[in-house]
Amino acid sequence: MKLSFSPEDEQFREEVAQWLADNLCGEFEEVRHRGGPGDEHHMVAERKAWERKLAEGGWTCIGWPKEYGGRGASIEQQVIFNEEYARAGGPGRIGHIGETLAGPTIIAFGSEEQKQKYLPGILRGEVFWCQGYSEPSAGSDLANVKTRAEFDEASGKWRINGQKVWTSLAHESEYCFVIARTDPQSVAHKGLGFFLVTMDQPGVTVRPIEQLTGTSEFNEVFFDDAVCDDTDIVGAPGDGWKVAMGLLGFERGVSTLGQQMLFQNEFDAIVKLAKENGAAKNPALRQRIADAHVGLKILRYNSMRMLSGGEDGSLQKEAMIYKLYWATWHRNLGKLAMDVLGQESEILDEAPYELNRLQSMYLFTRSDTIYGGTNQIQRNIIAERALGMPREPRG
Amino acid sequence: MEFAFTEEQQMIRDTAADFLAEVSTSEAVRAAMNTEAGYDAALWDRVCQEMFWQAIHIPEEHGGMGLGYVELVAMLEQMGRYLFCSPFFSTVCLGVNALRIAGNEAQQAQYLPEIVAGKTATLAYASANGGWDSDAITATCTAEGAGYRLDGTYRYVSDGHTADILIVAARKSGSAGDDGVSLFVLDADTVGVSRKWLPTMDQTRKQAEVVLNGVVVGAEALMGEAGKAWPQLQQVLDLARVAIAADQVGGAQQSLDITVDYLQERVQFGRVIASYQAVKHKAADMMVKVEAGRSALYYAACVADEALSGGALGAELAEAASVAKAWCSEAYFFNAGCGIQLFGGVGFTAEYDIQLYFKRAKSTETFLGDAAYHRERLAQQILDGEAAA
Ligand SMILES: Cc1cc2nc3c(=O)[nH]c(=O)nc-3n(C[C@H](O)[C@H](O)[C@H](O)COP(=O)(O)OP(=O)(O)OC[C@H]3O[C@@H](n4cnc5c(N)ncnc54)[C@H](O)[C@@H]3O)c2cc1C
Repeated sequence: MKLSFSPEDEQFREEVAQWLADNLCGEFEEVRHRGGPGDEHHMVAERKAWERKLAEGGWTCIGWPKEYGGRGASIEQQVIFNEEYARAGGPGRIGHIGETLAGPTIIAFGSEEQKQKYLPGILRGEVFWCQGYSEPSAGSDLANVKTRAEFDEASGKWRINGQKVWTSLAHESEYCFVIARTDPQSVAHKGLGFFLVTMDQPGVTVRPIEQLTGTSEFNEVFFDDAVCDDTDIVGAPGDGWKVAMGLLGFERGVSTLGQQMLFQNEFDAIVKLAKENGAAKNPALRQRIADAHVGLKILRYNSMRMLSGGEDGSLQKEAMIYKLYWATWHRNLGKLAMDVLGQESEILDEAPYELNRLQSMYLFTRSDTIYGGTNQIQRNIIAERALGMPREPRG
Repeated sequence: MEFAFTEEQQMIRDTAADFLAEVSTSEAVRAAMNTEAGYDAALWDRVCQEMFWQAIHIPEEHGGMGLGYVELVAMLEQMGRYLFCSPFFSTVCLGVNALRIAGNEAQQAQYLPEIVAGKTATLAYASANGGWDSDAITATCTAEGAGYRLDGTYRYVSDGHTADILIVAARKSGSAGDDGVSLFVLDADTVGVSRKWLPTMDQTRKQAEVVLNGVVVGAEALMGEAGKAWPQLQQVLDLARVAIAADQVGGAQQSLDITVDYLQERVQFGRVIASYQAVKHKAADMMVKVEAGRSALYYAACVADEALSGGALGAELAEAASVAKAWCSEAYFFNAGCGIQLFGGVGFTAEYDIQLYFKRAKSTETFLGDAAYHRERLAQQILDGEAAA
């Protein structure tokens, strides 16, 4: 076992930190620590400008292979970048869905034409993506999607009809990757296609859904004869499930790397508050704060172990605990923040419903255990795939 | 960065697992735990002579294998898994650690080779007042002639009734807290030492009361500087906590594994009970507990390794030990407790092994500080110091 980073990696860390110190200032000072879960609606234009700034410095998509414009950064370097980014107060990324989900999927499964067409915009920090998976009747049971894609021989294009829901950042996105049924007779995960759909067209309607935070980070997306070029399906019709599952692999892996440092910032804010308001003297809260500290340390060690898995990015079976562990830890942290705030936790910054950062963190953490596979689904996965217990009966 | 066992470390772990599967069977554990000594002397001889485990992290210059704490932890995890009954923990994780941290050259040169040769050792510091801090030390040392006179009573001494070598903490009369604490090393048969086995709920880990009544030792028994040994003792205790966490991770894993095996066989309502979601989810939670514990343990093992070898990471020892001991204590108890529940009636019998894990979970949880104790220790570091960085 070896816990230290190599001298080259430490040098890389300095380079990242220096670039952030030199650039995350001046006009960008105001976006520091903004955005991200619970604050997604803040300073969107400014944060998009920041995405372009990052791109100029060559700091978008660093994990992509060099031939596609990335840096081919190692896992260690991606960890370092994400740690330094969070440490510097880098704003929540708007480009993360393109960078960590759409891009890697296109690189892994897309055609040459798709790579040429879509990757540069993501790299430049100019083109944003959203994920069109969930539907009213397909949540945990993702394979139950009903959205249809029909190939129109006359126009030579796909026509998409149906509805997606809970689509994060659809209102800020140029493209959506959509799973839709290409074979109308098919059921479950057979007969699906994976489509790259332009949002700015008459057949696509985005309607915001107000969340319990009072803000609207996600949306309903309606497809009424939305059009998609025949070159914009990834893989063949019927391959959609394979492509989508490959993508979930990316989602659970590299995209959560920076998380621990973000959580550390939140934890530090709670500690500071506890010292100021006297909660730090309350024995029960001391226990819970220390427990959160233990949990956060372990979160970091979990990800270190997970990333020390196969060089090919394959995960060991213990990596299956990761999502359930961090989501549950973070949800508990949200409640701890309110309990440390005490009676003040109720008081808003402003009417009608302006939450402070800890309040919106608290409320938003209730979704951590839902999106990306609920806690119950994670337990099913662990029991079945890691412990070899029987699969759930299916209706 | 490579936060995983090397091939050599995997080999050490697998060799330990294979050996223990053969010698530390349920029958062997039950036979050993029902004796006062708590272990099979012939088996301990085999461990020392064939496996050479007692020498694992004793430096080569003293006849040991000179391996690190990560290798030690890899073995301890397997001992926890197989409920191994032996004086290994007391001798290696208390005795050898104390000699390595606080012993002078002459003491190391005398006692470490004795341990290599098969002698056992332990550490006694806490009295009956229930704590694990320096306040727990009530035995006294008084300068007498060229040496010292030691008086006092220690409880909860691991294998204290069988150990050949004793390392004891005593304080200067009238001192309090971290001040005035000294460490001594002496043979257990020194005049004035009396020892009594304390029967325990967890029969796989033996404890004793050790009484020193006017024990006279020479100046050569003093370890480190008189009156200033608490920081060193604390380091020894933290190394021991990492070792216990390893036993806990092994036990928590085995509790999960034997439970899942049972769930896959037992049929109720026409299906194996492993197919019920309430049961699956409980098993999944058990896996989260033990895997998170393993992450904490391996990190602490790396830190402990550097604490002994003088690496920079060694400065984190107290924190890493508390993180690991807090989590792994609760994880083991959770897994063994859920295990009994999921076994149902047979889980409540003496015959099934899950009860042995349940009891060992509790005894390792309490020993050297439970989760609440370690969380408070961390809280002091986080909340009572200067503003967090
Ligand atoms: C903030 C947020 C952002 C999101 N962003 C996106 C996005 O950008 N794109 C996108 O496609 N989706 C997104 N989602 C949707 C998310 O992936 C789904 O909400 C999630 O998969 C759960 O599906 P559901 O809401 O239909 O709940 P359901 O599947 O109906 O689940 C309801 C409850 O039943 C439980 N349950 C369901 N099935 C089982 C089972 N087999 N065993 C045990 N319990 C079960 C669940 O755990 C849950 O507690 C987002 C959701 C949230 C909250």
